[in-house]
Amino acid sequence: MKKHSQRAWLFVLPVVLLVAFNALIPLMTVINYSVQETFGNNQFFWAGLRWFEEILQSERFHAALARQFLFTFTILIIEVPLGVIIALSMPRRGLGVSVCLVLMALPLLIPWNVVGAMWNIFTLPKIGLLGWVMNNLLGISYNMTVSPVAAWITVIIMDVWHWTSLVVLLAFAGLISIPDAYYQAARIDGASNWAVFRYIQLPKMKRVLTIAVLLRFMDSFNIYTEPFVLTGGGPGNSTTLLSIDLVKVALGQFDLGPAAAMSLIYFVITLAVSWMFYTLMTRNES
Amino acid sequence: MARVALENLSHSYSINPTNAADYALKKINLSWKDGGAYALLGPSGCGKSTLLNIISGLLVPTEGRVKFDEKDVTALSPEQRNIAQVFQFPVIYDTLTVYDNLAFPLRNRKVPEEGIKQRVSEIAIMLELEDDLSKRSAHLPADKKQKISMGRGLVRDDVNVIMFDEPLTVIDPELKWKLRSKLKELHQEIEVTMIYVTHDQTEALTFADQVVVMQEGEIIQSGEPVDLFERPLHTFVGHFIGSPGMNILPCHVKDNVALFYGHSIELEGPIIRSEGRCEIGIRPEHIQLGTNGIPAVVVRAADLGQHTMVQTLVNDTGVNVITDGKPLEAGTEVNLCFDPRKTRLYSESRIATAVAQ
Repeated sequence: MKKHSQRAWLFVLPVVLLVAFNALIPLMTVINYSVQETFGNNQFFWAGLRWFEEILQSERFHAALARQFLFTFTILIIEVPLGVIIALSMPRRGLGVSVCLVLMALPLLIPWNVVGAMWNIFTLPKIGLLGWVMNNLLGISYNMTVSPVAAWITVIIMDVWHWTSLVVLLAFAGLISIPDAYYQAARIDGASNWAVFRYIQLPKMKRVLTIAVLLRFMDSFNIYTEPFVLTGGGPGNSTTLLSIDLVKVALGQFDLGPAAAMSLIYFVITLAVSWMFYTLMTRNES
Repeated sequence: MARVALENLSHSYSINPTNAADYALKKINLSWKDGGAYALLGPSGCGKSTLLNIISGLLVPTEGRVKFDEKDVTALSPEQRNIAQVFQFPVIYDTLTVYDNLAFPLRNRKVPEEGIKQRVSEIAIMLELEDDLSKRSAHLPADKKQKISMGRGLVRDDVNVIMFDEPLTVIDPELKWKLRSKLKELHQEIEVTMIYVTHDQTEALTFADQVVVMQEGEIIQSGEPVDLFERPLHTFVGHFIGSPGMNILPCHVKDNVALFYGHSIELEGPIIRSEGRCEIGIRPEHIQLGTNGIPAVVVRAADLGQHTMVQTLVNDTGVNVITDGKPLEAGTEVNLCFDPRKTRLYSESRIATAVAQ
């Protein structure tokens, strides 16, 4: 057998170190916390799987998880079809393309906490444009800090406004990669617009849409900054999503053990659902 | 099925064409019989695909008319013209099975499912796809995908014209030959007008009853393959068709006699024009090496299997000769004898001799 040079390992080393510092070591720390109890002063006691059992049985966790799934699936159901529709109606050639792409990319460039702050001010009943118009012009009672329904609708619309562009850009990339011959052949075959979408555009966009769904799932499932700045999880606990709850446990109550256990459970759920999506969406590609 | 006629067709891709260079097609007039097999042959960028897309209705010509039988179809869309087109790269509907791909054009036209079943199985047998009908088309090899593309054109029994835009580009050489004969066979079976665009002379000459040679947006010559080979009307045709192409030799015309480095050359018939640049055209196949004739020196010889290709020099002009003899060594002095019946004069690239009565 030919002896291979082992020098390749040397080249990988910097990346391994980097990953170790930003992922492996923090993850090990979290695992370490999750099986211990602390009362401060850097004193730790062995707790075993107690935190995991407690969290999995806790109603507060169930409620936050349910809200998290509701939020994520709602925005996926809105953003993915909406993104595809916008991508389909964008021009494919000429100056319009760049104009549309820049417009689409704008929301993605805004820092997340700024998005939350913007929408917060936008919806204020007295001085916010949307809040004032809804309450004073249209006569619809709309106050996020009082009504959970208003808070939910606002959080969802904010996320749709912020992130649909990502789906649009990915779907558009898939669309423009389709050669003209496909459209010409479809016209000659007498295909309707729906058939063109169903049998040409959608299959050709499938790969990028898989990526879009995965990215949007993971990002929205882990979302923190925007709803935290917008509603702070309220009114009450109505918009307390998993990550907001996690931060309350970890930093608000300083329960490091339960918080670590919770983040591990959170991580496993994210991973499992991502895997499920990926498997479902790529099952036909052998 | 239909006769195809093109009348004064020209096309420009720029919005305001001003001079001749803006036109991809210049004044095309053609008339094709119903049920014929035609080829458009020419180098890349000669306008053949533009012409094809105008016939299929994917492009609307800047000027001129397209007629199917007596009907003016210039303004009609591809689906209204009822044509089929096979593209350079196979176009298949990835997520559908081979059967559903073939059934696709019929389903779009609301043909009843029993009719579809019958027609699809007929076509599948013709194209030897019957074992693949239930497979998903995405993972099939390129030649089968291209067969599916062809099948979608053939499956409709009422198509006026089937068009092929360099359909064998992505096919392996050995399969190319098979698909080409398959296509020829299909044409004899279903007798629909077929138009085949290619830059490959072998494909054009073997497929078509009539070949149209194009260059820079113009039709240079249109005729049966044998005519194009035997009597090119333009030096471009002579050069483009044949391997190697026709020898185009500079000459002078003096007192109605063509002189090639002082040697008077006997031509196929009387000279009708001699203005401008004059050249003698003769195919390598029509030159023999003899004892009296134009003296030349062998530069190189190559054994082509059945024949020998001899490259010679007469003064500074290269002349290719194809003979049955053994390869000659470089430096050998030979004499070239031109077959007078196959020797023609070209003035400004266009034929300038008449056929002797």
